[in-house]
Amino acid sequence: MIEPPISTSTSTLPGAAPAPLAAPSLGATIARYARLLRVQARVAVISAMQYRADFLVRGSIALLWTGVTLVPILVVYGSRKSVAGWSFPEALVVVGWFTLLKGILEGAISPSLTAVVEHVRKGTLDFVLLKPADAQFLVSTASFEPWRVLDFISAVAIFSYAFRQLHRWPRLSAVLLSLLFLGVAVLVLYAIWILVVSAAFWVVKVDNLSYLFGSLFDVARWPINVFEGALRIVFTFVFPVAIMTTFPSLALLGKLALSDAALAVVGAVAFAAIARQVWMRALGHYTSAGG
Amino acid sequence: MIGRALRAYPTLLRVGLSEVVAYRAEFLVWILTTNMPLVMLAIWHAVAADGPVGRFDQKQFTAYYLAVLAVRLLTSTWVVWQMSMEIRDGSLSSKLLRPLHPLVAYSAEHLAAVPMRVLVISPVLALLVFVAGDRLALRDPTMVAIIVASLLGAWLLIFFTMVLLGALAFFVESALGLFELWLAVHAILSGYLLPLESLPTWFQGIARVLPPRFMLGFPVETLIGLRTRSQALVELGAQWGYVVGFFFLSMAVWRAGVKRFAAYGG
Repeated sequence: MIEPPISTSTSTLPGAAPAPLAAPSLGATIARYARLLRVQARVAVISAMQYRADFLVRGSIALLWTGVTLVPILVVYGSRKSVAGWSFPEALVVVGWFTLLKGILEGAISPSLTAVVEHVRKGTLDFVLLKPADAQFLVSTASFEPWRVLDFISAVAIFSYAFRQLHRWPRLSAVLLSLLFLGVAVLVLYAIWILVVSAAFWVVKVDNLSYLFGSLFDVARWPINVFEGALRIVFTFVFPVAIMTTFPSLALLGKLALSDAALAVVGAVAFAAIARQVWMRALGHYTSAGG
Repeated sequence: MIGRALRAYPTLLRVGLSEVVAYRAEFLVWILTTNMPLVMLAIWHAVAADGPVGRFDQKQFTAYYLAVLAVRLLTSTWVVWQMSMEIRDGSLSSKLLRPLHPLVAYSAEHLAAVPMRVLVISPVLALLVFVAGDRLALRDPTMVAIIVASLLGAWLLIFFTMVLLGALAFFVESALGLFELWLAVHAILSGYLLPLESLPTWFQGIARVLPPRFMLGFPVETLIGLRTRSQALVELGAQWGYVVGFFFLSMAVWRAGVKRFAAYGG
């Protein structure tokens, strides 16, 4: 894990070093964090480019996993025209969203947050807390895996194939609504990850929890309607894969009821707010292990 | 050498068991990670609601995936993570110094987790008997013997494969990347994601004879009564053939790897 040394991150941020007495305006804060994000992303890309062979290996693994994701869908729809009200192309749209979100999760969310767990265990989180910026922001943007862009390409390929099979293209309003839902999905995903990471402050060893998270996220490749009873409730409210992939797909297909959409947005924002609260409590719980 | 290992083994098992008990929360989370069979079961249930798929009706799918869950939980090991970590951070050197082959120590540590695993899978097995007891091949004592032997074979085959993949960390930096590649291939070829019977015939033909199936699909199919006695016997022979083959292969890679091992710290 390559971390920019403290000195560079402060020197690229002229406004940060002398702590201003009056609270800066909202606009200035946003601009400052945007600049910070750019710096962090640049460092991540540079360090990823150092390992070009790794790029190839991991890229091909990502493609292979997309293939493996498709196999059960192909097999299931080999025996039936429609499953739980979803036709094959419609189910493919869900797989497309799943692939896209997996790319975001494993490219932008997990790498950073896995590093936090390590920071907590070793006590090096001190260095993050000392920096003059929000700790949650810093740890969430600490590392990116640019080769995950391949997942975006796969997702677009899956979408185009699915809509060709449907013999129609999504309406512009549907695309916009589904993009809004992409934002909601990422927010939910991120909030759950923050909750998992917060657990690290209490139980220290959460590598297993992140694997559990990954295995549960795999469920998101299926439309929620294939699940019944308790599983449906769990995957709608507790670990809401329905919000992550089924809702954006319905939006893209032009089938999402507006009331469901509104509920999902409210739910996601509430989820993120809770995650933020838990994170703040967790930070309060942090006792350095002394670097 | 072997006598020494045998004498040390009971103690090693005891140490391993207490480690599992000490990290029981982690162990449970690990168990929960294996939820894919249940998800696939839910999906096939929805699919088979209006009639069977090939030989598989809803009950057969339930039997299949419960058996997959049980066999998988019983036989999986985490030795590949352990090895690649210990090779990279050098803590393997302390294991190499002991008057005992490191692989013997690893095997004891992982075998010691089996009782705990049996405890965890017993509800799954109870459910399996309750739901599909009439389909299980447990009435014929020969079949029971074959099933037990196939489970042991599956454990050994998985262990040696994991050692083989873990030992690759001696040679390449991203051994875990290769392991992920293996996981993807294994998920399809072993029958973990889907019963091999649901796949295209040409693919089935290939998957039936390759090693991954003998780590999971073969014991599962035998247990839920999808194999006749003579089929199962022939396949048991093939499985143990693979066990012997993978034993020698993993040993060879390990030996070559230890020669290049330059321990740091540890």
